Amino acid sequence: MKRIFRYTTLALSVLALSCGGKEEKKSDGFQMERKGAATPTETPAAQPATTPPSKRVDLANKGVGPVSAVTLPAEIDTELAATGEAVYNQMCLACHRIGQKFIGPAPNGVLERRSPEWVMNMILNPERMVQEDPLAKELLMEFNGSPMANQGLTEDQARAVLEYFRTLK
Amino acid sequence: MKKTIYSFLALFTLASFFFACGEGQQGSNGALTSNAAERVYVAPGEHDEFYAFISGGFSGQLSVYGLPSGRLFKVIPVFSQDAEKAWGYNEETKPMLNTSHGFVPWDDSHHPDISQTNGELDGRYVFINGNNTPRIAKIDLSVFETTEIIEIPNSAGNHSSAFVTENTEYVVAGTRFSVPVPQRDMPINEYKGNFKGALTFISVDPEDGGMNIKFQLIMPGFDYDLSHPGRGASHGWFFFTTYNSEEANSLLEVNASQNDKDFIAAVNWKKIEEFVNNGGGTKMPANYAHNVYDDNTHMATSTMEKEVLVVNPAEVPGAVYLLPTPKSPHGCDVDPSGEYIIGAGKLSADITVHSFTKMLDAIENQKFDGDAYGIPILSFEDVRAGTVSQPGLGPLHTEFDGQGNAYTTFFISSEVVKWKLGTWEVVDRQPCFYSVGHLMIPGGNSRKPFGKYVVAMNKITKDRYLPTGPEVTQSAQLYDISGEKMELLLDFPTVGEPHYAAGIAADIVKERSRKIFELQNNKHPFAVTSDADARVERKGNEVHIYMTMIRSHFNPDNIEGVKVGDKVFFHVTNLEQDYDVPHGISVIGANTSELLIMPGQTESFVWEPKQPGVWPFYCTDFCSALHQEMQGYIRVSPAASGTELKWSLGE
Repeated sequence: MKRIFRYTTLALSVLALSCGGKEEKKSDGFQMERKGAATPTETPAAQPATTPPSKRVDLANKGVGPVSAVTLPAEIDTELAATGEAVYNQMCLACHRIGQKFIGPAPNGVLERRSPEWVMNMILNPERMVQEDPLAKELLMEFNGSPMANQGLTEDQARAVLEYFRTLK
Repeated sequence: MKKTIYSFLALFTLASFFFACGEGQQGSNGALTSNAAERVYVAPGEHDEFYAFISGGFSGQLSVYGLPSGRLFKVIPVFSQDAEKAWGYNEETKPMLNTSHGFVPWDDSHHPDISQTNGELDGRYVFINGNNTPRIAKIDLSVFETTEIIEIPNSAGNHSSAFVTENTEYVVAGTRFSVPVPQRDMPINEYKGNFKGALTFISVDPEDGGMNIKFQLIMPGFDYDLSHPGRGASHGWFFFTTYNSEEANSLLEVNASQNDKDFIAAVNWKKIEEFVNNGGGTKMPANYAHNVYDDNTHMATSTMEKEVLVVNPAEVPGAVYLLPTPKSPHGCDVDPSGEYIIGAGKLSADITVHSFTKMLDAIENQKFDGDAYGIPILSFEDVRAGTVSQPGLGPLHTEFDGQGNAYTTFFISSEVVKWKLGTWEVVDRQPCFYSVGHLMIPGGNSRKPFGKYVVAMNKITKDRYLPTGPEVTQSAQLYDISGEKMELLLDFPTVGEPHYAAGIAADIVKERSRKIFELQNNKHPFAVTSDADARVERKGNEVHIYMTMIRSHFNPDNIEGVKVGDKVFFHVTNLEQDYDVPHGISVIGANTSELLIMPGQTESFVWEPKQPGVWPFYCTDFCSALHQEMQGYIRVSPAASGTELKWSLGE
């Protein structure tokens, strides 16, 4: 029951052919072999083969929005994190699953990649972030244009969610 | 020192004056032009230049606007009951909403398209699709009423519809959701390879416009999103965008966005037509409603059709090809010459343009890149004419002005972008407020567009109009496109969600618009075309009232002998033969809508009285100075009473 749909590189398609790709075609899915090289329109020059934006580390960027400075105390405030978890479960879980890429990225370890200000601005000001923050713009494309919804959190709620994120590794 | 400041100020003032002037001369660049009001103003008593037929989306209807004024003239009921016009409430039109699922009083109407002759709009009919319970409706523009609805079997989410070929040979309905064909009980996760997508070609009779499913092409289990016919040299072909070529059955938001290219399916319908005319295809059992309204009997009939002719693309080699198109393409639009097929990859930043000539060449030279379920996939670079590179975010739909320009909407970046066919360069862009979906240039889907205005149809209007609670109006925006730069002239609210629209020069349509229905042609079985025949008849517990109406009375207006438990039919004929004199009628406690009866027409409603008493009925449409006198009484006696049946007027 192996069903295949592949856009392969030249090398892969040659490989597939030599491995009896024809036979696999009998499965009820379909197979497509691309013989040409990748088209120029698909790979704009501006985008070299680097890590996707969701994996990139950018701790200096504070994003665009109301939050300009956040100081994180060394100790996690467990009460605040619990408040944040409740907010998260009601407002965010539909698109951001823990430990799993879903509609949007998983929040696990986000503070190893993003500044706390960027995270809070993305929560509080997503419409402008995807227009004005270059990283948020790229993320929008990586996640198929699914817009980050503005769920109307208060700054305090966003701060609590941030504290909850600190507990997710 | 002071002097220097003053001269600086003077210079600054002068400079800003020049600057402002310069901008004004450039025309609007986002700002509204100063004489916009004048350019959309249609003086009292004057007519608009264009009709715009704008779909109602989840209202299920089709609204009729004038352009450039944006004035609403009529909401034509199509797929949803409309108490105002008794559509789907009176006995005559209930069959129009019959389906294989029973009476369905609502649908989601999306894409109107006007009938064509030789690739130009002829103004006879508007076709529109119902998405949810797949149906195609035909609106006759001599009466501005829905006169035919055909259900589409083997289809689901009838979205790549209802577009006509250039001589209205066919109106085409493509399924958005693939489903088991025929429908059957099976696990959902066995979708891949087992679900199919039906593309339905409905022939349209050149004489009476009668619709009939000629054949269904049973395609692989993708989602067929939008479609348009070839024209000119590409007449005989039809093009459909596809997404979900991944054949995912869950979380499509993610899972149908994996492939960097999906397809435009190119269908040579002339070849398939020839195949079926020679006995090709398979007759498959089916069950679908075909509902026809007759303007002489003023009644609809619903017939259940039991068979449909299906064609497997593998049976007709050379009839279907797949053109790789990035990325989950939505809009599928063909330019007025028929050479360019535009695929707007909604998850791509680019617009891909395919060439019909290159496609034929690639087919001839077998430049294939594999196949999908036996359907050849053409090589992307061999069919691509060009790419409009990164003109905006989220390209959706394209229309044409007939002057070599194309206009594409961008949902995410919320704008209309004007670009040149052939050079693919962006010429102009204007913002939309907000999140534009379709756009429409009158005649923009034909060989001869009227390239004067474009109407953008927006999904979101927050803060654009006075607030009306959580639900706010959706809207259209009118731009003048007669110059090099587009100019925003007007916002106007719309009915329901405006998905797509079709526009046409008013002169083509308005001369054909009927003013009355002739009494002598009224073939309604319960019509009373002579006042002398007004009467009441009892058949068991059914009472039939053969009633007439004219300014300003009903005949009869006193009725006795009706009993609790009776089923009372009011069959009411409007004897007026003058333009714009409809009458209405309803009776207290009727569990249905009023009737709104045009001059020369007959309509019926059913009343089942539950309490003895004397109950009034009256005219519901203000008809004359004596409209308030246009009333009557019906006496209801207890079930066991012996009250004699009688009726009268003026006694």
